[in-house]
Amino acid sequence: MARKASNTRKAVVTIAAWSIGFLIFFPILWIIILGFKSEGDAIKTPLQVLFSSWTLDSYYDVQARSNYARHFWNSVILSVGSTVLALAIAIPAAWSMAFVPGKRTKDLLMWMLSTKMMPAVGVLVPMYLLFRDFGLLDSRIGLVGVLTLINLPIVVWMLYTYFKEIPGEILEAARMDGASLKSEILYVLTPMAVPGIASTMLLNIILAWNEAFWTLQLTTSQAAPLTQFIASYSSPEGLFYAKLSAASTMAIAPILILGWFSQKQLVRGLTFGAVK
Amino acid sequence: MGKITLNQVRKSFGEVDVIPGIDLTINEGEFVVFVGPSGCGKSTLLRLIAGLEDTSGGIIQIDGMDATDLPPAKRRLAMVFQSYALYPHMSVRKNIAFPLKMAGMDAAEQDKRVNHAAKILNLGAYLDRRPGQLSGGQRQRVAIGRAIVREPAAFLFDEPLSNLDAALRVSMRQEISELHQTLKTTMIYVTHDQVEAMTMADKIVVLNAGRIEQVGSPMDLYRSPANLFVAGFIGSPKMNLIDGAEAAKHDATTIGIRPEHITIGGDGPWEGVVGLSEHLGSDTFLKVNAGALGTLTVRASGEVMMHHGDTIRMAPQPGKILRFGADGNALA
Amino acid sequence: MATAHSRTAARLMLSPAVILLLLWMIVPLGMTLYFSFLRYNLLMPGMETFVGFENYYYFVNQPAFWSALSNTLILVLGVLCITVVGGILLALLLDQPFWGQGIVRVLVIAPFFVMPTVSALVWKNMFMNPVNGMFAHMAKSLGLQPFDFLSHAPLASIILIVAWQWLPFATLILLTALQSLDREQQEAAEMDGAGWLPRFVYLTVPHLTRSITVVILIQTIFLLSVFAEILVTTNGGPGTASTNLTYLVYAQSLLNYDVGGGSAGGIIAVILANIVAIFLMRMIGKNLEA
Repeated sequence: MARKASNTRKAVVTIAAWSIGFLIFFPILWIIILGFKSEGDAIKTPLQVLFSSWTLDSYYDVQARSNYARHFWNSVILSVGSTVLALAIAIPAAWSMAFVPGKRTKDLLMWMLSTKMMPAVGVLVPMYLLFRDFGLLDSRIGLVGVLTLINLPIVVWMLYTYFKEIPGEILEAARMDGASLKSEILYVLTPMAVPGIASTMLLNIILAWNEAFWTLQLTTSQAAPLTQFIASYSSPEGLFYAKLSAASTMAIAPILILGWFSQKQLVRGLTFGAVK
Repeated sequence: MGKITLNQVRKSFGEVDVIPGIDLTINEGEFVVFVGPSGCGKSTLLRLIAGLEDTSGGIIQIDGMDATDLPPAKRRLAMVFQSYALYPHMSVRKNIAFPLKMAGMDAAEQDKRVNHAAKILNLGAYLDRRPGQLSGGQRQRVAIGRAIVREPAAFLFDEPLSNLDAALRVSMRQEISELHQTLKTTMIYVTHDQVEAMTMADKIVVLNAGRIEQVGSPMDLYRSPANLFVAGFIGSPKMNLIDGAEAAKHDATTIGIRPEHITIGGDGPWEGVVGLSEHLGSDTFLKVNAGALGTLTVRASGEVMMHHGDTIRMAPQPGKILRFGADGNALA
Repeated sequence: MATAHSRTAARLMLSPAVILLLLWMIVPLGMTLYFSFLRYNLLMPGMETFVGFENYYYFVNQPAFWSALSNTLILVLGVLCITVVGGILLALLLDQPFWGQGIVRVLVIAPFFVMPTVSALVWKNMFMNPVNGMFAHMAKSLGLQPFDFLSHAPLASIILIVAWQWLPFATLILLTALQSLDREQQEAAEMDGAGWLPRFVYLTVPHLTRSITVVILIQTIFLLSVFAEILVTTNGGPGTASTNLTYLVYAQSLLNYDVGGGSAGGIIAVILANIVAIFLMRMIGKNLEA
């Protein structure tokens, strides 16, 4: 096992890996830098940009122009709300499929995933009209519902793969110990599946945070999350690099930080049980 | 407390009859072992009694009450699983207290019972550890502790020792036997290991292909197996089974003689050439190629110095030959 | 593991998820199907009439449809190729021992967290803009004419942007899979005299198959409906050069207010997705069984 990689080799790999990592990360780094520059400096050549003076002006401008806090809270409520709701529906469903599998379980899972394949545009018009008729346009409740539904298949699927790893004997032991179904799920299954539930939760918060079809179509201002906040900077007349960068940084920073802190759990969850 | 009666209990998975119909009475306080080769239905039978599987027919009575359709939690049975099935996120104390908590017992009484169980099982020092920090034997004891705190009508054990190493298996076997002496509660124990069955049971139930081959005390089964299957299954090394002319001399289709019931030397009627010899110190097992009789296993006490290729004479001990008919059943 | 009690409970606990998804599928889809047979324009409310398959006829017979269809497929396949091949190479690199593994991992995973609108805007303005973008600055400093990516190679540019977003996903899954490779198996193969390439082909690649399947499945789900990136960068243009099916339906129903035509397009998109889905599910079903 202990075969020593030569240091030369390690150095070469280090340089290669760091270069590629830097290249991939560069666009994000660049907008963080541009956000702290003045509008005049931000459109200069890269070298000039680097050596120009730093300023917080763009952040003040963004704050003055749009209500970041409201968009931020909308994003938080939409992503967390839809994820929690999806978990509440998906945990019992995943329990059923993992521990009381029937002949149709695999088909059912596949069918659930296939609803994810239904292109959102296919149902855009009716959804828009339904939302309009029920007065849900630009409301957080309506959007939480939609985001819950579009992420539900993935939540069920991920939980299912995690639950599958839990030996059924432990749940049987709980049953022998006199636990009701509710206690079995609440006191035995859920605590054992905490790592899996956590990574499912994280992935779905990220997916919901970044969801940019329904959030753009069904909100205008009151319920608009950060995707909408950023989209308002895309119009040509509002095109100022520094402000755009500052706003972008503000839109992605929360989820970027959350993602970095939880990347271990996240990666495990992302493999969908494909890697044991 | 603890009498279990099975009346024509059946189980089928789809088309396959795993258990075609079993009648069995387990008396109060008995230590009953279900033994049989893998796939014989012994675990399924235990799970039917536990309520973890539905019966396809028949009646299960516990203490005279029909329990066939009761959920496992209502049957007042406790079970120890092969994998121990401890709750990994709970301390040993919480594991043992879990059934009491589920029964809604107050905290003081829970503590009292957990401590009592811990004392019986020598777990006092480990109560605040997690199962992951325990050795296999300790985990096994926690699983037993979780079963005994409930003071159930009967204990069910599903191959509880098969994950332990050989030395630990012997000592846990004794611990479970002692526990039975102390508690005097009905125990049903499933194993594929006939040594466990012989050493622990008051009553052995030999199962094969979902049917009961024989029920009886260990010595009954050893002395007078009801058929060839039981004869071959109980006893180690296996009984020698001889067909043909030699069997015909005894008016049987097959005769059986255990390795320990063959005496070597003198002018025995059988002759053979020693093949393999296994020296265990206390015993020596010889594989003897005895011509028309086939290969016989013979046990000699102590350090018998026989070698490959030696020709020996053997004699069956009088009255130890068992006779079986063409249908495989023992002849009177 | 299954008794009548637990089976009943299972059915009960499964039903909310199934019913919700069924409603989610049937109600809007049913409405779309209904609209697709109407002449229904938002600018002329109350004028809806039944027109049979006319909407489908016009939707399919517009030149934009075929280019949207091929753009959709090119986009999905292009991004899949880049991310799977790039992901494998990158994962192999990151699987080697080197200094600062944790930090590089963090750098590589970052694009996955960036919302599509942001990444599209950033790439469009800060990098691909022919006047002030970084690529333009670089070209100029080399004495070259800046290239207007989004006008002259719109689809390729969008593929690049989307691939940047999904490369981390593929890389991380494949890296995790590589790290779970059985070392003893590798060593056994080495003892058997297998060199680096045979070991890669006969041990590593089969081990990665399941993960690659998952990468393809998950990405396809999201790539079929790429929308924000197109809306923000090119608006489907120039012409229909970067219009995919999703965007075409959006344009038809919400920009041209032609609900009937848009709905017909939506149904076609659903059918297309289902064809892809059946295809994928077959593959996945086989690979996930094990």
